[in-house]
Amino acid sequence: MDKDRVDQIIDKHECEASSLIQILLEIQSENHWLPKEALERVAERLQVPLTRILHIATFYTAFSLVPKGQHEIHICQGTACHVRGARRVLDTVQDLTGIKPGETDLDLKFSLETVNCLGCCALGPVMEIDGKTHGNMAPAMIADVLKKL
Amino acid sequence: MSEIIFQIDGRVVVASQGMTVLEAAQKAGISIPTLCHHEKLEPYGGCRFCTVEAEVRGWTKLVASCLYPVEKDLVVRTRSQKVDRIRKMILELLLSHAPDAFELQDLAKEYGADKDRFEKEPSFCIHCGLCVRYCAEVKKKNAIGFIDRGTRREISFIPEIASKECWDCKECFPLCPTEALQAAFVLTKALAFSLY
Ligand code: SF4
Ligand code: FES
Ligand code: FES
Repeated sequence: MDKDRVDQIIDKHECEASSLIQILLEIQSENHWLPKEALERVAERLQVPLTRILHIATFYTAFSLVPKGQHEIHICQGTACHVRGARRVLDTVQDLTGIKPGETDLDLKFSLETVNCLGCCALGPVMEIDGKTHGNMAPAMIADVLKKL
Repeated sequence: MSEIIFQIDGRVVVASQGMTVLEAAQKAGISIPTLCHHEKLEPYGGCRFCTVEAEVRGWTKLVASCLYPVEKDLVVRTRSQKVDRIRKMILELLLSHAPDAFELQDLAKEYGADKDRFEKEPSFCIHCGLCVRYCAEVKKKNAIGFIDRGTRREISFIPEIASKECWDCKECFPLCPTEALQAAFVLTKALAFSLY
């Protein structure tokens, strides 16, 4: 992510230290992760110590300090999804992508993460890809979903 | 500034508005044990070791004395069965992280805490935040901070700042209640490998 773009995002929030999390979220969603240079720029412009930014960036799981894949797969392991076979969904995705939760593949195509309840239990087992919800997932359907990305 | 008259351990204590119970006690020469408090730093309330009983209008509650402001007619008890039990438990939990910390071992003797009660998970840091806050508030360098959260929370130096500031300062090392070397170790690691 280039410095100008980071500056634009900071300017949009009027360089307010109180908008720190908003700014980080925007960089994260555009760039899929928070590069060191971007954080340093935010620290410098907002006059917020880098230690505090890192504390926040490592506190919330929404942020990543390492590159993430182009597609972010979140597989629900909440109770309702669990009893409807979330484990098998997870196993299938792991087999197809070759990565485990918390990992990103070498081509930076996928990142995999588990979550505890996406808030639409009636659709379980649920998988969310790039913010789009895929409900009633049967392991056999997963390959199709992933291929279409 | 208006004076506030209240009681600590049966003694009448005079304090001024805005003081914490801990400050008032220290001024009156009554000791309350603390782990995360430092007079030069803002109150933090992280360790809860300074817990005391505070009675207001017949109601007793447990409060962190380093945060709790004095008020008129407050009755404070710095030791009681309940308070001692809480401090014992805090020590036992902390000792599972920092079993060799002298400060904790000494307190453990006083409160009858068993350092082997919980399974050892030596991270050596008890998250008192003294090093982090001292660097930020007193030195204003922000070379060290916390990262991650919950059980994975740990201190971490910013290598670029640490390489410039820390070797000549190291004032946070002796503040550490567990093992001054812990910070030294993390610092060396940060400089050697430039983590993050
Ligand atoms: S390293 Fe020591 S001083 Fe720093 S937070 Fe941990 S226990 Fe406290
Ligand atoms: S448990 Fe999966 S959406 Fe609620
Ligand atoms: S000294 Fe009061 S909470 Fe740590």
